[in-house]
Amino acid sequence: MAETLAIRNLHARIAEREILKGVNLTLRKGEVHALMGPNGAGKSTLAYVLMGHPAYEVTEGEVIFKGQNILDLAPEERAHLGLFLAFQYPVAVPGVTLANFLRAAINAKRKAQNPDDPGISLIDFQRLLLDKMRLLGLNPEFAGRYLNDGFSGGEKKRAEVLQMALLEPEFAILDETDSGLDIDALRIVAQGINALRGSERGFLIITHYKRILDYIRSDVVHVLVDGRIVESGGPELADRLEAEGYRRWLEPVA
Amino acid sequence: MPSDVDLLKDIEEYRYGWRTPERYVYKAPKGLSEEVVRKISELKGEPEWMLEYRLRALRHFLQRPMPNWGPDLSDLNFDEIVYYVKPTEREGRSWDEIPPEIKETFERLGIPEAEQKFLAGVGAQYESEMVYHRVKEELERLGVIFKSIEDGLRDHPDLFRQYFGTVVPIEDNKFAALNAAVWSGGSFVYIPPGVKVTQPLQAYFRLNAANIGQFERTLIIVDEGAEAHYVEGCTAPMYSTDSLHTGVIEIIVKRGARFRYTTIQNWSTNVYNLVTQRALVYEGATMAWVDANIGSKVTMKYPSCYLLEPSAHCEILSMAFAKSGQTLDNGGKAIHLAPNTSSKIISKSISKGTGRASYRGLIKVARGATGVRANVVCDALLINEHSRSDTYPYMEVEEADVSIGHEASVSKVGEEQLFYLRSRGLSEEEATTMIVAGFIEPVVKELPMEYAIELNRLIQIEMEGSVG
Repeated sequence: MAETLAIRNLHARIAEREILKGVNLTLRKGEVHALMGPNGAGKSTLAYVLMGHPAYEVTEGEVIFKGQNILDLAPEERAHLGLFLAFQYPVAVPGVTLANFLRAAINAKRKAQNPDDPGISLIDFQRLLLDKMRLLGLNPEFAGRYLNDGFSGGEKKRAEVLQMALLEPEFAILDETDSGLDIDALRIVAQGINALRGSERGFLIITHYKRILDYIRSDVVHVLVDGRIVESGGPELADRLEAEGYRRWLEPVA
Repeated sequence: MPSDVDLLKDIEEYRYGWRTPERYVYKAPKGLSEEVVRKISELKGEPEWMLEYRLRALRHFLQRPMPNWGPDLSDLNFDEIVYYVKPTEREGRSWDEIPPEIKETFERLGIPEAEQKFLAGVGAQYESEMVYHRVKEELERLGVIFKSIEDGLRDHPDLFRQYFGTVVPIEDNKFAALNAAVWSGGSFVYIPPGVKVTQPLQAYFRLNAANIGQFERTLIIVDEGAEAHYVEGCTAPMYSTDSLHTGVIEIIVKRGARFRYTTIQNWSTNVYNLVTQRALVYEGATMAWVDANIGSKVTMKYPSCYLLEPSAHCEILSMAFAKSGQTLDNGGKAIHLAPNTSSKIISKSISKGTGRASYRGLIKVARGATGVRANVVCDALLINEHSRSDTYPYMEVEEADVSIGHEASVSKVGEEQLFYLRSRGLSEEEATTMIVAGFIEPVVKELPMEYAIELNRLIQIEMEGSVG
């Protein structure tokens, strides 16, 4: 049976306001799940809470991965376990090159798995980096730029996917990786994601629009409204949402 | 190398007080007096004019009030300081006297033991002497003079006297006057016209520990069209039992010349580091100060450029990292005295714990200096809740036809930045260190590579235990 990341009855709040009100969702390796929902439904909050953002407080529930509740772990420990979040708004770190950052991240993960690991050699790293950059249509010079500093929207999203490609997570959460991309950039990013698909990896793709799902075939689509999963279904659910919107769940039931 | 018996004898002699300079240890009594100044001059075998100069400086020092601005210097007691120590006394310091935390930093910087002892002022002569000899031969072939300041005065009296004290006069400030009265150690450098020295001149090679003086004095003349880079200090902690370091650095950059002076300051945290660094910059010449400050209890240092002739250019890159208990008051001054001169100041201050790193700078444009371009960027990064940074950007502009830019920013190590980096597998400490390293990158990238690597490693060490 494929390994899972199981979210059970997850409640979370920020500044006294409850955003997640009992989310239940199970991701499986080898599958791509899409998470759709209106603005303010809690999609990004779910992504942040799964990764361990310190501003959010989990009040109830658990997230089980590899036999443990990862909500007890620091963000870096979750990363070491194989979790990855592609940010909707990647943060700039001036003065730190993308290449130096990525090498540090790869080495941190290797060290966490084996304290005696001497780290990736510069030559191996460069080969790996150039390889993945080519896949994402990124110029080698891009690796020498400061992390997300002055990147265009499209460059930021491609840099996120590049990081994912190098860190090879077991479960990847992509928070609106499609937003702000023109159609060409979207196609490249989608190609990059598709290239990482496989039985050893599971995805949660958070999106507003069905557009990205035209390029990345999803196995399951979930609808998040007001902090709860209100419906799950096959890829056809995305088409229905595109046609009908979320009104059905937003209007008070008579 | 003196035998143990000789050393014992020296210590014995020292107990009985003053002796002739050549063979015996000498240490001045605490406090400053005309007698001490005369003794220093006599022990160095100086010409009469230098003695007169020192005495004049002493008189000015004594009547000049303490600065009424800047960091608190009220704990500085001039009567408790020893103003001159004959070098061999310092060489006699034992390795056991060096505080364990400094030894540990040496270890972690991967500095070989012989070098550690040199840096700590234990060994007599460091092995880099051999390397230095090769460098020296090459420099002599080019006609470059690179000597101790004492040898400069003795071997090149006319050149020395022509320039000494012309850049930083006695009356400049109280500490410059103090240095002029009791100076000892430092470098004398002359680069002949058109000569381009490609390797950095490193004070490190020339100095043995004993020469790294409390009251160092350096005089550098870069003749027309010449180019050179001078590096002083090192990233490893400079252990000093002396509580006051007051240096004066005078630089003359003649027409069309290019010169860079790099300081990496890491004094132990008991030291008041009050330094005057200034360059006179002539037509079309470029002067660059790169100033990285990690150590000391209090630092006041504002490298400055006097842009005397048209199209002279000045760059000042300043970096300060203040930890708890430290006040680092750094910055730079660009004095525009001629048309079409330009200056660029970049300051990066980091404050950790209760440390206080500040920027203090001056842009001055004299009347008639038209077409001046000046730009100041000062950024502060606060690591903890209680860290503090202040910015004092002074401007005195007497000319309308100028272009002056000033940008200042203060930022905290942000939760979002930390979370982003941690989500990629870096610990909070690794993430914070990475943010700090990125912040100072604009200064670090200007350092010679081996210094840049060591400085980054040092920042890593300093950042340990700073979070959580």
